[in-house]
Amino acid sequence: MQENRASFTCIVCPLGCSLVVFEDPGGEDNLLVEGNRCRRGEEYAVEEYRNPCRSLTTTVATVFKDCPRLPVRTRGEILLKDIFRAMQQINSLKVEQHMKPGEVVIQDLVGTGVPVIATGSTRPVLEGCSNVRAGFKY
Amino acid sequence: MQRTDFKVDTVVIGSGPAGMAAAVAAAEEGAGVCVIEREERPGGILKQCIHDGFGLLQFQEKLTGPEYSYRYLQMVENLQIPVLTKTFLLEIQHKENGFRLILQNESGVFSLNPRAVIYAAGCREKTSRQVFLQGTRPAGVITAGTLQYMINIQGYLPAGKCVILGSGDIGLIMARRLTLEGAEVEGVYEIKSEPSGLTRNVAQCLEDYRIPLHLSHTVTEIHGTERLTGVTVARVDENFKPLSGTEKFVPVDTLVLSVGLIPENDIIESLGVELDSRTSGPVVDQYNMTSLEGLFVCGNALHVNDLVDYVSESGETAGRAAAEYAARGLNHGDSNGKRVNLTPGNGIMYVVPQQWKIPMEEETVFYFRSRETVFRAELEVAAGNQVICREKYPVLRPPEMERLVIEPYLIPPGTKEIQFRLRC
Repeated sequence: MQENRASFTCIVCPLGCSLVVFEDPGGEDNLLVEGNRCRRGEEYAVEEYRNPCRSLTTTVATVFKDCPRLPVRTRGEILLKDIFRAMQQINSLKVEQHMKPGEVVIQDLVGTGVPVIATGSTRPVLEGCSNVRAGFKY
Repeated sequence: MQRTDFKVDTVVIGSGPAGMAAAVAAAEEGAGVCVIEREERPGGILKQCIHDGFGLLQFQEKLTGPEYSYRYLQMVENLQIPVLTKTFLLEIQHKENGFRLILQNESGVFSLNPRAVIYAAGCREKTSRQVFLQGTRPAGVITAGTLQYMINIQGYLPAGKCVILGSGDIGLIMARRLTLEGAEVEGVYEIKSEPSGLTRNVAQCLEDYRIPLHLSHTVTEIHGTERLTGVTVARVDENFKPLSGTEKFVPVDTLVLSVGLIPENDIIESLGVELDSRTSGPVVDQYNMTSLEGLFVCGNALHVNDLVDYVSESGETAGRAAAEYAARGLNHGDSNGKRVNLTPGNGIMYVVPQQWKIPMEEETVFYFRSRETVFRAELEVAAGNQVICREKYPVLRPPEMERLVIEPYLIPPGTKEIQFRLRC
């Protein structure tokens, strides 16, 4: 792949066009898009070329024996190129307090300003109730 | 707080997205509902599906699996629906006035006698035994879902360098997950000439990380004695037969299988429920009731879905109908067995539900999949000789299930069969 072109599969709609983005040889910071069947595909391709962003979902270690990993996600998107650095920070952490979905685990992920929040709970959401059997009328 | 002071008339098997939606819908209709879950925590497979993309239809938000599950768990909690965790269903018996479920948990073996049962046990992954892989049986051959459980729930990374066989969604998701956690994915090998997973997943799980996708390729042999040392991959012809001379040895320590899912129905099969060979699930009517009165099935136990939102939708249908049945018997379908059969015609893999019982009172949601990728497809729904509905799609792909609502007034009286087919 040359530096001044890139190809993506468009995910704007189910058609999944194969997009190619070129830097206009005429310069002026123009981008040419091929393979798109609509305007939205072109916008997607330009954004993907200039500034690809993703939300990151992963897990973080905890001190809790019955819940060794807590699922987390970024609240918002970060640059695709920052993902591995972000993983490093998240993997260096160990959660010591009980968490619920939505609670902040990291305030500012690798200087992006984007926080990381819990998506799961370290405690069981419903207490197991195997022993309620006696209470049933059947 | 769990309510235990009511009579159980509806039992839901499984607390995944289908079972929880069914339980919530049944409880809202006034049923005395209780949920059976064999795992320690409720939520089903969503607990390990930490990626996002769930809930766009149900909640108009992009949620992760645990978040989606949490929403339903809160509804279950608010309605005080008891969930018996670590409880196994050993047997279902059909009785004159309902069912007898033999269950087991820490407190021993016991039974429940509900009028209605909603079976929402999900699906299972195909294993290496089901894809005819030759060679030895070393450690390091693992299904994508099991690997997902080990990484996301247990926090182990049991892989260094891997090959993924099959481009189903879980395989694609795991390709990214393995890469993020520091394993190396040599490539994804797909026997078909197009990916089995959603386009979005091919783009964001493979292309983002420059993981190669080898279409029309498969793994032909496994090598290694104690631990996997590598696999042989080869190109295949249009009949999926490996082409000699194209074999290549790839040194890896892990082979991840993402080769398909099958509805899990062993325990209800024993009741003689009619099955659909196309979906590997039971044949159901518009209420998701099987051929056995009072037994409802929903979610991936009915047919394998690609969107959880549809799983919950099918659970709601089953839950409402089961509550109605438990309270009043079969008045919604007092049909004397009269029904319209829905069948897949040209280019269509399957249609669910497979039956529309008479009287057809409400608009009904049908799900279907195409057999292959078709651009600018036109679907025809024919009642006998008469086309009652036409629908255009820019593209139909087998991995992307479609949903179509049909109004009953469109169906001419006396119709016996409704066919979904693509215009050639």
